[in-house]
Amino acid sequence: MDRLVMRTGGWFALALIAFAAMLAARDGGFAVHMGIVSAIALGLAVYAMRSADYAGFARGLLKMPADQGKYYDDVIRWGVIATVFWGLAGFLAGLYIALQLAFPALNLGIEYTSFGRLRPLHTSAVIFAFGGNALIATSFYVVQRTCRARLFAPKLADFVFWGYQLFIVLAATGYLLGMTEGKEYAEPEWYVDMWLTIVWVCYLIVFGGTVIKRSEPHIYVANWFYLAFILTIAMLHIVNNLSMPVSLLGSKSYSAFAGVQDALTQWWYGHNAVGFFLTAGFLAMMYYFVPKQAERPVYSYRLSIIHFWSLIFLYIWAGPHHLHYTALPDWAQTLGMVFSIMLWMPSWGGMINGLMTLNGAWDKIRTDPIIRMMVMALAFYGMSTFEGPVMSVKAVNSLSHYTDWTIGHVHSGALGWNGLITFACLYYLTPRLWRRERLYSLRLVNWHFWLATLGIVLYAAAMWVAGIMQGLMWREYGADGYLVYSFSEVVSAMLPMYLIRAAGGLLYLSGAIIMAWNIGMTIAGTPLRTEKPMRDAAYDPIADKPLIAAQPA
Amino acid sequence: MADGQDKHIDVATGTELKGHEWDGIAELDTPLPRWWLWTFYATILFAIGYVIAYPAIPMLHDYTRGALGWSSRGALDKELAAREAEVAPLRRAIADTAITDLPARPQLMQAAVEGGRAAFKVHCVQCHGSGAAGAKGYPNLNDDDWLWGGDLATIEKTITDGVRNPDHAETRVSIMPAFGRDQLLTGAQVNDVLAHVRVISRQDKTSAASQRGAKVFADNCAVCHGADGKGTRVLGAPNLTDGLWLYGGDAETIRETVWNSRQGVMPRWDDKLDKATIRMLATYVHSLGGGEAAPVEAGNGAQ
Repeated sequence: MDRLVMRTGGWFALALIAFAAMLAARDGGFAVHMGIVSAIALGLAVYAMRSADYAGFARGLLKMPADQGKYYDDVIRWGVIATVFWGLAGFLAGLYIALQLAFPALNLGIEYTSFGRLRPLHTSAVIFAFGGNALIATSFYVVQRTCRARLFAPKLADFVFWGYQLFIVLAATGYLLGMTEGKEYAEPEWYVDMWLTIVWVCYLIVFGGTVIKRSEPHIYVANWFYLAFILTIAMLHIVNNLSMPVSLLGSKSYSAFAGVQDALTQWWYGHNAVGFFLTAGFLAMMYYFVPKQAERPVYSYRLSIIHFWSLIFLYIWAGPHHLHYTALPDWAQTLGMVFSIMLWMPSWGGMINGLMTLNGAWDKIRTDPIIRMMVMALAFYGMSTFEGPVMSVKAVNSLSHYTDWTIGHVHSGALGWNGLITFACLYYLTPRLWRRERLYSLRLVNWHFWLATLGIVLYAAAMWVAGIMQGLMWREYGADGYLVYSFSEVVSAMLPMYLIRAAGGLLYLSGAIIMAWNIGMTIAGTPLRTEKPMRDAAYDPIADKPLIAAQPA
Repeated sequence: MADGQDKHIDVATGTELKGHEWDGIAELDTPLPRWWLWTFYATILFAIGYVIAYPAIPMLHDYTRGALGWSSRGALDKELAAREAEVAPLRRAIADTAITDLPARPQLMQAAVEGGRAAFKVHCVQCHGSGAAGAKGYPNLNDDDWLWGGDLATIEKTITDGVRNPDHAETRVSIMPAFGRDQLLTGAQVNDVLAHVRVISRQDKTSAASQRGAKVFADNCAVCHGADGKGTRVLGAPNLTDGLWLYGGDAETIRETVWNSRQGVMPRWDDKLDKATIRMLATYVHSLGGGEAAPVEAGNGAQ
């Protein structure tokens, strides 16, 4: 009883504090945010007071099986649902802003729906909401199984998940209300940053605690990558967001850095958000789910060690290549470039290890649409980690910088690598987490695969053409010695490319909708879809052609 | 495990297994792919070479300048200088030739028009549009309707000094009173005069209001716009009869214009651009279709 009073009282007190902060707020945005926090805390107070088991009710509604005791999977099931949800939201926002670029009237003349506000909503929704939830959910799944240990502090894991959702909501509403630090991929204001820091430290405690209490002698390579991701993101987030709030009751803050130092800190952060969030973290997913789905051993233990350490050592220095030909000193630009070039092979180490793990199971590309998705993800990973070093070369960068080539590069990585590998993991996880025989439909996975692949190809190809065209038009001098095109002529030349890009985005979103349907039906436990069977993914040693002739044992 | 007892070989690949296993995942002991390793070494060697050749290592007070002596600023200066050297003779010739003499030198004139086309795209399109067709409040430069005059010298003067550029004595100024706002005319009078303007611009038929308005026009407007409403270029007063409108010829817009007046601004360019560029811009604007010959008999004009 005392505990109940404490909990209810605690939530209620928090609700009151947030409400007071809302009333005393210096600006409307901060008031809205405190209102959201207050409403959530009040809801939790009521929830704690009532004896009804709402959590059980929600689990029943979402058909979540009772925890089996060995592993704590409840939070992972929530994570799967959140990943699908935020993915759809992020892709939809992306499609909308792609259409805005083609048809500016879609800005609607309203500040809340203008490109400038929806664009960070899109990037953060896909990177941090979709990608972040995928990383948190899979990391909790993988760390328990590869450590053979139940999650350390399951309640704290719940807090990490729900706290992270609060961060997403505060960030997203903040963008729409126009509150921003003006730092790409780090737009949320100081108090949202502080909240994320708390959540992230708890994440580290849960993950690290599980690794420490493992009952395996060694730490699996996926967990090295997850740990590198969690630790480095903590460091990047804290340093880049060092800022001084104007008022403790207002949203505005000013960065601790100024001028070119601020720019360099921002791109040290920005590039390593790609490196440690979208590369290291997703490689961790790859290192567990690819061998599991292929039912094959990892290709090379040595390669995994060498490419892990070289990747994390080299990545952290590559940020200055975002600031070529700017006020950044030449020496820093040089270092950013050469570290990016050295990064090529360490990046490819992950692709090799993933693809070659299929040695002895290549036939599964034909028979297993999930493997097909993973292979395509690794192919796009390899392509964009080659494209990156190329674009970091100063001569190439002088053409590609500030053009849509950059957008194309990012999306071949984000849609191709991060998106496809996440979809594959979701397809792997759902039947196992909800104890289903298999997915509702494998044919629909195949549909998703082709829609997504076609969408990416349209997207990336359109942006390559657009970017190179843009770059060439900007710098074209006529025979008389003067620039040939005005900026607006370049803009209007982009229209066909923008339309193709939007078509690609539509295909990609359609695939994700099919996935949501498929996963939803799997969760609902409806009878499997009646369809012509994809061939079973069971391994057939005779059909396979090993690279090296099998030796007699 | 792989402690030498009995080695586990993966059947499909014939590779030795490392011996660890996590949740069913084993690892092969495949050596590093040679091509991978050598490419990695090659990128490191390239990096070392590049660091020696280019500015790279930060020191306490300075940084290594690189064996090639390259710097981004130096490279930019060089490129700009090369470009400058390429166009300098022509620019000098254009700057040294009075604009009225340019048409007599077709080659120079053509170079000036082309240079003006490029400069226009950088400095002028923001207001006048990339096709120079203008917009509401920003004159269309393709037609033959000129506020201040469409011959070469007049256009050059307009670009040089701007229109209503604050703090510039030479700037072109025409001040139409805000007849309604400043209560120089009553609301009814404003309605009458706009009816008259609609008639002389051949949009409406004569009415009682327009007849009253003709009197108001003669008393208040004709001093600048002329008795027939055809405007006075020296004063920058537009022609109201040609059906070409800067702000719009519908009744509502004309009422707004008469009531509040219009005070559009164009910046002066002589403090931003050099003489040759301004001259080139003038020839380009002149070439767009509405350019006029120099006024021979207009000796009594301001310019």
